[in-house]
Amino acid sequence: MSKSEISTDVIIIGAGPVGLFAVFELGLLDLKCHLIDILDRPGGQCAELYPEKPIYDIPGFPVISGQELTDNLMKQIKPFNPEFHYNRMVEKVEKLKDGTFKVVTDEGEVFRAPVVVIAAGGGSFQPKRPPVENIEQYEGKSVQYSVRRIEEFRDQDVLIVGGGDSALDWVLNLQPIAKSLTLVHRRDVFRAATSSVNEMLALVDAGKIDFILGQIASLEGEGDELSAVNIKSKAGDIRNIPTTRLLPFFGLTMKLGPVADWGLELNDNLIAVDTEKFETSIKGMFAIGDINYYPGKLKLILSGFHEAALMSQAAKKIINPDERVIFQYTTSSTKLQKKLGVK
Amino acid sequence: MKIFVTDYDGKVHELEALEGWRVMEVIRDWGQDIKAECGGACACATCEVYVDEDWVSKLIPASKEEENMLDLVPNVEANSRLSCQILMSEELDGLKVTLAPNSKT
Repeated sequence: MSKSEISTDVIIIGAGPVGLFAVFELGLLDLKCHLIDILDRPGGQCAELYPEKPIYDIPGFPVISGQELTDNLMKQIKPFNPEFHYNRMVEKVEKLKDGTFKVVTDEGEVFRAPVVVIAAGGGSFQPKRPPVENIEQYEGKSVQYSVRRIEEFRDQDVLIVGGGDSALDWVLNLQPIAKSLTLVHRRDVFRAATSSVNEMLALVDAGKIDFILGQIASLEGEGDELSAVNIKSKAGDIRNIPTTRLLPFFGLTMKLGPVADWGLELNDNLIAVDTEKFETSIKGMFAIGDINYYPGKLKLILSGFHEAALMSQAAKKIINPDERVIFQYTTSSTKLQKKLGVK
Repeated sequence: MKIFVTDYDGKVHELEALEGWRVMEVIRDWGQDIKAECGGACACATCEVYVDEDWVSKLIPASKEEENMLDLVPNVEANSRLSCQILMSEELDGLKVTLAPNSKT
């Protein structure tokens, strides 16, 4: 065992509402969880796609926003001290000879557990890639979808595309160190915070940055080195902008990703499970929430909560096969209340 | 009522639509490939369609919210709309749209 290896009872892939509630159900059975998510915060789709949107079909909540639901779940599972690993994608899940699973992330961390729960919703969130020819060849060097090392933009000809907070924040942050900076957006309305928009417009007025109304038409360069971006303006003419760093900000979209390579039985890109335990074709590996499929499946958060509860009972039997589990209610069981820290 | 949907291969499908359904839901319900990952909340911009020129002016113009979401489409066309924001009504019987490449799963 390498020293960086993390051993736990259950590894949950995905920290959306269903993954979070699984921590609760597993916690009541004394099982400890580690959660891995590609986003930088909990909530999954609730946090990324519709934090402000009202949800009307959570039992007991006539209306609740995606963010409130996430915050409530985080509060609800706090007594169980789950450990979160954000900004990571699980690349490999491998069943070892002793029956436990080895889970490896794209950051190289290794986790070991007897049970793996896939609660990955629609897959992992990835930046939207503009459908421009050959863009892949520049990715990682000249084309980046987030700024990891600000120094890579020093003295570069930077072109940023988008009209939201990410685009505007990086215009303001990179302008002082870039050789040149051009912002491209399809219209003159910006979703970003008003103060950022005003600061950006002041930079345009001062001649420190360029703003072009338009969209990316094509890229020029060699190897992974970009030299120019052709922008199609709203009027239809093409402008050639010398560019060595391109930052497109079009939000995220979900991709199934490596899940497809883990040897699981799939049904139209969803993981096939039974409806007693929500176990996949691999024993000890469960799939709950939007990512699973069984006859009659409804992609509702409440379905995922139900699946989490049943999965937890099955997980307990795998992890503590000899322990007799008595089914109890949180309302009446002092034992469960102690675990929740209310008694 | 019906809508005509051109898929990614250029094939036209005549789909039965119901009053009050979102065009995205009609497309999805008939099993056409459309990502629509937020499920119709106008929160993801993955149900983009190109509206046939003859029909563009017959639609209720895009709301501020829809325009904001169209910002997340990397190559918006003048006739791009989010199909979850088009509600079926008698006036739209016969609507023609083409699935945009960004909507493919």
